[in-house]
Amino acid sequence: MSVRGVIRAMPTMLRVGFAESVAYRAEMLVWVLSTTMPLVNMVLWMAVAKHAPVGKYGQVDFVSYFLATFAVRQLTSAWAAWIINWEVKQGTLAMRLLRPISPLWAYAFDNIAGFPLRLVVAVPVMVLSVVLVGADKAVPQHAWQWGLFLIAVLGGWAITFFANVAMGALSLFMDSSQKTMEVWMVLFFVCSGYMYPVELLPDGLRSVINWLPFRYQMGLPVELMTGAHDLPTALGLLARQWAWVLGMGTLALGIWKYGVRRFAAFGG
Amino acid sequence: MVRRYLRLLGVQLKASTLQALQYRADFFTEGFTSLCWTFTALAPLFVVYGGRPEVEGWSFGEALLVVGWFTLLQGVLEGAINPSLTGVVEHIRKGTLDFVLLKPADAQFLVSTQRFLPWRAFNVLTGVGLFVYAFGLLGHGPSPLGLLTSLVLLCTSTLLLYSLWILTVSAAFFVVRVDNLTYLFSSIFDFARWPSTVFKGVGRGALTLVFTYVIPLALMTTFPAEAMLGRLPVTSLVGAVVGSVVFAWVARRVWIRSIGHYTSASS
Repeated sequence: MSVRGVIRAMPTMLRVGFAESVAYRAEMLVWVLSTTMPLVNMVLWMAVAKHAPVGKYGQVDFVSYFLATFAVRQLTSAWAAWIINWEVKQGTLAMRLLRPISPLWAYAFDNIAGFPLRLVVAVPVMVLSVVLVGADKAVPQHAWQWGLFLIAVLGGWAITFFANVAMGALSLFMDSSQKTMEVWMVLFFVCSGYMYPVELLPDGLRSVINWLPFRYQMGLPVELMTGAHDLPTALGLLARQWAWVLGMGTLALGIWKYGVRRFAAFGG
Repeated sequence: MVRRYLRLLGVQLKASTLQALQYRADFFTEGFTSLCWTFTALAPLFVVYGGRPEVEGWSFGEALLVVGWFTLLQGVLEGAINPSLTGVVEHIRKGTLDFVLLKPADAQFLVSTQRFLPWRAFNVLTGVGLFVYAFGLLGHGPSPLGLLTSLVLLCTSTLLLYSLWILTVSAAFFVVRVDNLTYLFSSIFDFARWPSTVFKGVGRGALTLVFTYVIPLALMTTFPAEAMLGRLPVTSLVGAVVGSVVFAWVARRVWIRSIGHYTSASS
């Protein structure tokens, strides 16, 4: 489908997606509440840092770090893998494939349309963070920092989304790729800075993690939000992030394109 | 009466086991994912204890015991409690709960035993492995009395977990789309990964109170770990037993009320 076609379909798809997210707002809220893990970790690390700071993180830094993690998680989450798995299993992917626009756009717009509702959760958390630890530690200080933060959030979402598509498309080859997804999630939890700032890890491990995609899904936006890096470091990390966006995107589209050709609806 | 229910349980267990035996490869994948998840539970522990010997009175080995209990109970939750109760939510949504209610046996019993995932027992093994490793680190074994107490607490923990679940599911009668309540529940259960005293520093201990009395997570993992270490006060033990029984009773009442509210989806 041409680029013009996608652009023409965009407003409608966004409207449909938004209407869906509003219709199931209670469900959405439960999903949001089920991402309380940063809060568990916040409390834990506050206890750890009670008497002496860990690395350069004191109690206050942990509050701002984990509230930022909570907010960023809301903004960068994607769930296409589960939906693709489900649709492949049920055979309903066939109906999507009949439409003149790639299903991938539909999955992407589904995520993006939920964005306003997720902002409703994320913004108060950011405000709370500002109230608790002060504006200089909770949110970016300068306009350019805000800009980098937004780019990082977008990049983080893109990596998450493409990883989801890649793993969802794997279900076209295997019966179900849920287990692969689970392994990815485990690596994500350990490597992304979701459970602890990546900086607290020993040097050797950290340099490995710098080459993996996970940190750029979560850790980098969080660090940019709390102003942990100066401009050159931030730009370097952003470059790596967008390299991953490209790499992951190519991989995802490749698997998807090759997989769809094999798709024959179950029972169809 | 009791014999009839035991036989019924036997039948349901057998059906689930046969179903599980169909997918033998699951044994390895379950084992692998269970190990992976245990590792995520441990990763922050390693980072935390990398720099300091103890946190809020818990050394690394002792905190490992709590993680062990968490892993073990996760196995119980995901293997025995989760699958059947997820089934209830499905029943409620489709309106097929009618068929269960019409059967000449207690509905709560029927829905709670309808499906087991025996391979999840792998988590229990992982938990036991953690205990062995933790006591190896501590340099002494658990006292026999402590071990006995922790077994009693295993029963109360399971009862608590089950009752909490019944309460969650009862909510499904009022809000129909709650498939993801299961995720909400698991994410709250995440707090049980850590000794409950760790949360003491927040809100003047309010969180510890909540996790002891409102959502009794402390009773599930911290108490058994303390019992194994032989430092659980007798009052806590009595409290845990009485508390879990009361909790189960409340859950039962709520379930019966909710069933009363049920109007099948088609009517």
